[in-house]
Amino acid sequence: MANSLSTSGIVSGRKERQDLSDSFSDLHEPLSDHEALVAADRCYFCHDAPCVTACPTSIDIPLFIRQISTGTPEASAKTIFSQNILGGMCARVCPTETLCEEVCVREVAEGKPVLIGQLQRYATDTLMAEGTHPFERAAATGKSVGIVGAGPAGLACAHKLATLGHDVTIYEARQKGGGLNEFGIAAYKAVNDFAQKELDWLLSIGGITIKYGVALGEDITLADVQTDHDAVFFGMGLSGVNALGCEGEDLEHVVDAVSFISDLRQANDLAKVEIGRNVVVIGGGMTAVDAAVQSKLLGAQDVTLVYRRGKESMSASVYEQELATSNGVRIIYNAQPMKVAKNGKAMSVEFAYTKTKKGKLTRTGESFSLPADQVFKAIGQNLTGAPEALKLENGKIAVDENGRTSAPKVWAGGDCASGGDDLTVTAVAEGRDAALDIHATLLG
Amino acid sequence: MADLTSNFVGITSPNPFWLASAPPTDKEYNVRRAFEAGWGGVVWKTLGSEGPPVVNVNGPRYGVVHGADRRVLGLNNIELITDRDLYQNLEEIKRVKADYPDRAIVVSLMVPCEEEAWKAILPLVEETGADGIELNFGCPHGMAERGMGSAVGQVPEYIEMVTRWCKQYYSKPVIVKLTPNITDIRQPAAAAMRGGADAVSLINTINSIISVDLDAMAPQPTIDGKGTHGGYCGPAVKPIAMNMVAEIARSPETAGLPISGIGGITTWRDAAEFMALGCGNVQVCTAAMTYGFKVVQEMISGLSQWMDEKGHTSMDDFVGMAVPNVTDWQYLNLNYVAKASINQDDCISCGRCFAACEDTSHQAILMSADRVFTVNDAECVACNLCVEVCPVEDCITMVAQEPGTVDERTKKLVVKEHGDWTTHPNNPGAVAAE
Repeated sequence: MANSLSTSGIVSGRKERQDLSDSFSDLHEPLSDHEALVAADRCYFCHDAPCVTACPTSIDIPLFIRQISTGTPEASAKTIFSQNILGGMCARVCPTETLCEEVCVREVAEGKPVLIGQLQRYATDTLMAEGTHPFERAAATGKSVGIVGAGPAGLACAHKLATLGHDVTIYEARQKGGGLNEFGIAAYKAVNDFAQKELDWLLSIGGITIKYGVALGEDITLADVQTDHDAVFFGMGLSGVNALGCEGEDLEHVVDAVSFISDLRQANDLAKVEIGRNVVVIGGGMTAVDAAVQSKLLGAQDVTLVYRRGKESMSASVYEQELATSNGVRIIYNAQPMKVAKNGKAMSVEFAYTKTKKGKLTRTGESFSLPADQVFKAIGQNLTGAPEALKLENGKIAVDENGRTSAPKVWAGGDCASGGDDLTVTAVAEGRDAALDIHATLLG
Repeated sequence: MADLTSNFVGITSPNPFWLASAPPTDKEYNVRRAFEAGWGGVVWKTLGSEGPPVVNVNGPRYGVVHGADRRVLGLNNIELITDRDLYQNLEEIKRVKADYPDRAIVVSLMVPCEEEAWKAILPLVEETGADGIELNFGCPHGMAERGMGSAVGQVPEYIEMVTRWCKQYYSKPVIVKLTPNITDIRQPAAAAMRGGADAVSLINTINSIISVDLDAMAPQPTIDGKGTHGGYCGPAVKPIAMNMVAEIARSPETAGLPISGIGGITTWRDAAEFMALGCGNVQVCTAAMTYGFKVVQEMISGLSQWMDEKGHTSMDDFVGMAVPNVTDWQYLNLNYVAKASINQDDCISCGRCFAACEDTSHQAILMSADRVFTVNDAECVACNLCVEVCPVEDCITMVAQEPGTVDERTKKLVVKEHGDWTTHPNNPGAVAAE
């Protein structure tokens, strides 16, 4: 091995191949049959269960767990998929610790929730491994819907519409579908090419065509899509990345965390992915954690995640923060970047300590500096390229509770739409619900 | 997709899952909610004669045997028949049936063992439009002291007599609900059949004292320092119920008599087992009382999935399928030889199989110094105890010995031919094989 954790600069191959592959293995090993039964046994089958209320897609969690305990994981999976067709991915990436499992009565009473996420994965993996699709399409309606973006919102919308008998065409700017599931989530949360397998499985319902490499604003316009279809759904996500707004931001190795994650996810060989000896990640969300942990797993010697506010304000959950620290990432709270400076080949980032007074962030006057071969920006994304015809609200496409935009017969959902909390599961719920409203409108 | 539509003695329902006559079916409010949750039918909680209704205790009515994590395994109750006015019940039955024509509503009845009493109530029930009646000859507490419930169910002649009256004064199906508090369940079933019953349902609850309060020195549930026996039900009674169902299903005298299975049915699998033993449908109570009406959704999805997997398109395909395989001990094949086999990859080295076998069975499991457990075929009688006490499912299995091999224990050749007790040389009454 030519390189090690302490090799200076930005290099690949800091770890042996086997070590890398172990590092990037499944975050949670799948439950065995026995483990699933034991875990399922802990569910009390609560009435009007808090977990269901906490789930953005309202999966009937007590029922699906009971179906696992009675030896019918396939029926269980159907219960899950009937509410959330991306239930397989959500089982892997949902921050269950802040959703269903946080309100599980056994979490509240004992501090140990029923393992809802892992049980959901057990059920959905079982059905998907059988290669069957649990739903059939209704009789053809003769209507067609155009969808912009093959991410979670677009796919959930497409699947529901296809099930209801409509024909769907998805226009996807990239060469692969799945959106953030494919490009934006840490590799250890969706191993073995799960995002693509799930996409293929979802499409097996039939009636959905994806046109890859077709970008809105470049290859097609809203008017084109409106002309070709009876309704339009926007699930285009957020393609812009927020700027740090400090000096040195344009330096060569100051990059967007989403690009780093995307490149890593698409890499055929992790041993060829380059990473700095010293990495600084700036931000406080899941993307920041995903970038920091994966930097560490690739072999960066020192990875520091710097967040401008306190631990409790961080949008990455406490579980995610602990995942980062247990992987050796140092988290510095209450600091914001002032300047990125070049020091020969390397860089250094100067930070000001901050404090929050009555909700307002101010600098304390103290500062520090971190050496950095690479700086990853993860301070949020923004909407770019939305058609002018659609009204915006706080920088996102304005939608009502049914996902309707300001333009007739145009709906939107997922990260690009107003409201919601930018989670995969929320995008699925919004796509699904918009589909139901589109259906009601088209056949109304 | 499997069709779960049920036709039980002419009573149709969208699925074979009925709520048994019990607190969950005592009033319109509950029954409507049950139907909304998906139940195929209900047997309305037992009605008594016109007049002042029965009264219930005002202290605790239930006691429970809990399993690990307070899972309800057995439930005991001392509640009586409905304590609401007869006419109020009848009006509610009529209203609900009119609103849910596709669901089954059967009315449970318990009136004194006099022809006039039955003659009086049956036309009132007929008028509600309900699909049938179920005669409560099973309730073991309170009402039995007044000559009703299990007091009738324990006397086959009374069963026959009352059933005959019901067939005479009522035009729709008559189901006779049997008490298990009897020595031979075939006797009351045959009596019901002679009386013209369309079906029997079983089991009603079993006489029980669920627990004793060691401070108050009284049975529980305790009412002001005293307790009484109640009726036991729930998962714990399922094996007893299934045996009684099978006895009726395979008895030449009662074979073919439709059976509605009751007794601890909690999951789709329980239901499928009762049906395999000959039940045309099933009734559920404790599972609903433990988990709420929604529990039926798992029963529906599970039965449907299992039927699809087995290729059964309707329930007729498998109802009674296991009955021919229920036999007497004397007909079991004594030439069949199996041995326990421990999968070392799955073994977690807890030693429970060893303790059970060494202390209480046949000393057929060996334990090495480094806690490896193996089976000694020379001692193993294939009793299955190790399989059942092992905490890991399928870690220990029973493997049949191939004909032509030698049983290490008996040193005898395993033969393919059937050989049971009726022809065994040790049996003084053995008949020579033909």
